[in-house]
Amino acid sequence: MEGKEQEEMEKEYTVLTFAEYEEGLKNGKLLGLRCASCKKITCHPMPVCQWCGGRSLERMELSGEGELTTFTVIRVPSEGFEDDAPYIPCLVKTKEGPCVVGRLDYDAEQATQELIGKRVRMNGSYTYKGDKYSGGAHTCPVFEIQENKSVTQIDTD
Amino acid sequence: MRDVAIIGIGHTKFGRASKTSLELFSEAALQAIDDAGVDLKDIEALFQGAALPGFEEGQVTPPGFSAAELNLNPIPATRYEGACASASIAIREAAMWVAAGEYDMVIAGGVEKALLMGTLFATRTFAMACHAPTEGPVGLTFPGVFAMAARQYSRNYDISIDKLREKMAHVSVKNHKHGALNPLAQFYKKLGDLKVEDVINSRLVADPLTLLDCCPFSDGAAAIVLCAAEEARRYTDDPVYILGTGQGSGGPLSKMEDLTKPVSRISSARMAFKHAGLKPSDIDVLELHDCFTIAELIALECMGFFDWGEAADATEEGQTELGGKIPTNMSGGLIGKGHPIGATGASQVYWLVKQMRGEAPKGNQIDPVPEYGMTDTLGGDFGTLCHIILGKGK
Repeated sequence: MEGKEQEEMEKEYTVLTFAEYEEGLKNGKLLGLRCASCKKITCHPMPVCQWCGGRSLERMELSGEGELTTFTVIRVPSEGFEDDAPYIPCLVKTKEGPCVVGRLDYDAEQATQELIGKRVRMNGSYTYKGDKYSGGAHTCPVFEIQENKSVTQIDTD
Repeated sequence: MRDVAIIGIGHTKFGRASKTSLELFSEAALQAIDDAGVDLKDIEALFQGAALPGFEEGQVTPPGFSAAELNLNPIPATRYEGACASASIAIREAAMWVAAGEYDMVIAGGVEKALLMGTLFATRTFAMACHAPTEGPVGLTFPGVFAMAARQYSRNYDISIDKLREKMAHVSVKNHKHGALNPLAQFYKKLGDLKVEDVINSRLVADPLTLLDCCPFSDGAAAIVLCAAEEARRYTDDPVYILGTGQGSGGPLSKMEDLTKPVSRISSARMAFKHAGLKPSDIDVLELHDCFTIAELIALECMGFFDWGEAADATEEGQTELGGKIPTNMSGGLIGKGHPIGATGASQVYWLVKQMRGEAPKGNQIDPVPEYGMTDTLGGDFGTLCHIILGKGK
């Protein structure tokens, strides 16, 4: 009985920690969780399924592919990002279902509305070193436009 | 639950303030107490919205010091933090405590000194209301979030970005027109005759939003005195009643289906309408959260005043102006009046009460005097939403 109580007190509720998710990004992997109840994918990781609240989750890896749903070009940055501006935050709907927020690897001066709806693929990650308030460094995925890339390749050929 | 009335209102000048946050809040509070004609001793609790006092003045737990400044201590004094919706959730909580019968008379409001932080650091601290783990490293800013929403709006309704920029500009033109007429506004007597081209041609902040699509950083405070409705007429001939409130929570941007249809806002507005037993067509005036021009369009649609995708055209047609279907932000809104984030919800209530008393500045007053008004306040990137419905009668 005492042993069981000890076990309950020390139970781990986090199947995939945020640090592990970020480590995955740095290694070129977009990690997520599959829900045993609704079979849907949660990404970035949360303690319960983002769709149904299911409690039974297992780790999986997403393809890193998806569709660009929106973006902006930041001209007036927040403190700490002065050297990055102009840069492009974006939202991507992954093939597997969940959306993720990241950076778009694209020429900021050429980024127009026509990019929305294009296929993108994670091609790396960006780590912000952090400031006094950020609780250390954090990492986000970086995406590239797939269709444009292939068009450029054809042009080069 | 008892009905709750607003019997006194106070509002400092918005813009750049040399006074401390404590002084600003005290000014708004004393003005509200004088307006109500009550004594400080009648106040049983203090509810204060304040979003970033730690970063602005190195001050946490400010409400205790506000209570002390007003010689109200040791009454309970609590800070409410919901980013830009801080004062609205403070007022909502205050109304709940009075409705529950725990207190008969309280003061609620908010304060902020964001302008003194400067654009770079203020942008950083405002971005703290984004989801820090995922949106932090991306370098998202608040204009950035709404710029992304604008691009989705353009795509959803097949309005070209250039056309949408024109339509959004009408929000800025309207709100600056009314802000310029409001003596307490940050842009009083300024930018009152903006043209659509001025907005479009001003500096890009986050593509496609320009500086004139954005509200400014501001200092200021606002406060109201609330009491049990049955007692209200002892103090004033024209109480305004809190008929309904709603609140909703969002989450990280990546967990939202569509940035132009935030569930947190839809749910909060519906909660307030249900609570009040009213519907959008009953409302005569809105003070809503136009932190950016696109935000006003999104809010109008989420609250049910226009169908999805129709607020842009309606605004261009003047339906949100005086004499239109639903006059919106006749105070100047956040864009024209200023946006001291922790105070904004209380400022919105202040200007609705002014409208219902027929005391709004010349050129901003709705005729006939409105019976029902509604606020909409947004904190974070759709993280905290709050709506308050006010009426001249119960």
